[in-house]
Amino acid sequence: MTITLYDFELSGNCYKLRLLMSILKLRYNIVPVDFYPDRQHKADWFLRLNPFGQLPVLKDDDLILSDSGAILAYLAKKYDESGQWFPNDPAVTAEVLRWHAVADDITSTASAARLALGFFYDFDIEKAQKGAHRIFRLMDEHLWFGEREGRDWLCSPDHPTTADIACFPYVMLSEEGGISRQDYPALRRWTDRVRRIPGFMVMSGIFPAGRAAEES
Amino acid sequence: MPSIDPITRDLWQVIAATDEVPVGLVEITTLLDVRLALTRDNDGNPVVWRRTDEEQGDEIDPETVLDRLPVITGYGYIWTSLGTPPKELFPIPEYAEADRKNMSCGSIGLAVSAPRAVENFLDMGHFPYVHTDILGAEPHTEVKEYDVEVSEERDEVLATRCKFIQPRAAKSATEAMEVEYVYRVPHPFCSVLYKSCPEDENRRDVIAIFLQPMTEERCRAHLLQSMIDSTSTITDLRRFQQTIFGQDKPILENQYPKRLPLDPRAETPIRADKSAIAYRRWLSQKGITYGVIPMAS
Repeated sequence: MTITLYDFELSGNCYKLRLLMSILKLRYNIVPVDFYPDRQHKADWFLRLNPFGQLPVLKDDDLILSDSGAILAYLAKKYDESGQWFPNDPAVTAEVLRWHAVADDITSTASAARLALGFFYDFDIEKAQKGAHRIFRLMDEHLWFGEREGRDWLCSPDHPTTADIACFPYVMLSEEGGISRQDYPALRRWTDRVRRIPGFMVMSGIFPAGRAAEES
Repeated sequence: MPSIDPITRDLWQVIAATDEVPVGLVEITTLLDVRLALTRDNDGNPVVWRRTDEEQGDEIDPETVLDRLPVITGYGYIWTSLGTPPKELFPIPEYAEADRKNMSCGSIGLAVSAPRAVENFLDMGHFPYVHTDILGAEPHTEVKEYDVEVSEERDEVLATRCKFIQPRAAKSATEAMEVEYVYRVPHPFCSVLYKSCPEDENRRDVIAIFLQPMTEERCRAHLLQSMIDSTSTITDLRRFQQTIFGQDKPILENQYPKRLPLDPRAETPIRADKSAIAYRRWLSQKGITYGVIPMAS
């Protein structure tokens, strides 16, 4: 098999796939796509891969896939021998997909604010920030109650799933969109746990978890 | 609205990469708290004016814009001024060398003042921690002694003999090398660095950061690369630089206060900050007050 990722370094959606492939120890090639400033994701050659004009795109031999959440599910189902990252249990599958949908809402709020402030996209910054805070509040509550019940991750299994990978990047990059995570302690503790998953890798703008907690 | 000191007002200020401004369509931006609109005419020449009711993407006939701000193009960018600018931009002679790959690397918004961003660009101490395994790696964390002067003749800060061990100094690097840097600050909000080129030991890659002060606490970073690299594509080279810049961004945006304090007692420098000390003093002597916290007089 040959996996090729059409990738932009500063894209959180592309990073989701780099992160899962790093955790699953998959080898892959990168084709850099100049999303900014050159807008290559709207160029003819890219639209032939994905008519929706969105990153990321992943090619596995001749199979061409788009949408980060769909590709996370594909990679997990195909290459995760443990079966943990996208579990088969119907109820858990539904939970995971529910959080994949939340991840898309985080993209359209937290990531939109980041694109507006950092890359000068013509979006309503205040509306995007408000939307992100609403989601972060709900996630913080969900995670806080989870901690009380001994659940560390977004879904009910006692291990992370693609739901955690899907929601993680644009939560971590939220400050670039002017969205502070100061008021969401359980959300912050969850981001630390994600950063300690074996095989975790960073992207520009996301730093590794501190060493102190590991030692304590 | 904060007052703009006369030095800042009369400087050329960068506002956009020339090629990225479409012909006949309005781009909007902010410079020194002033709302600007810009476009390019049919010959590709930029036109810049104070924005009134124009919106991003509006169609416009540039001929109808009568009240224009001064414009100069240089190093792939459009520069304007709110005052009376000098005849020319500061020189970067290497840019004209025929075999260089010159490129913009995107204009990126930063929630910090322009002088803070210049100062971060001058700093080597953060390489191993922020640009881990690219521009630095533990245990090679020491910033060795280097020289700093303010050139009277060119009116710029110059740091030379800056050396650092870098695992991956450039896109073209294949192994770790000790890299020598020269930094110039030829404009209060711009810096140019020259670093050993992995491909040709007799020449140096040029990377410049041009900051567009939008407000006193917000700026737009325009990055220029002028590289000796016969194998990488523009997309590859941009990606390398954006990776580095994306790592700097959260660190910069967490600096407090967002304006740069010029009082030497405001923040405690270490030996590695020699260039920053010279930069702050130079800004102070020039009388720059925009985007800084001036020394109490």
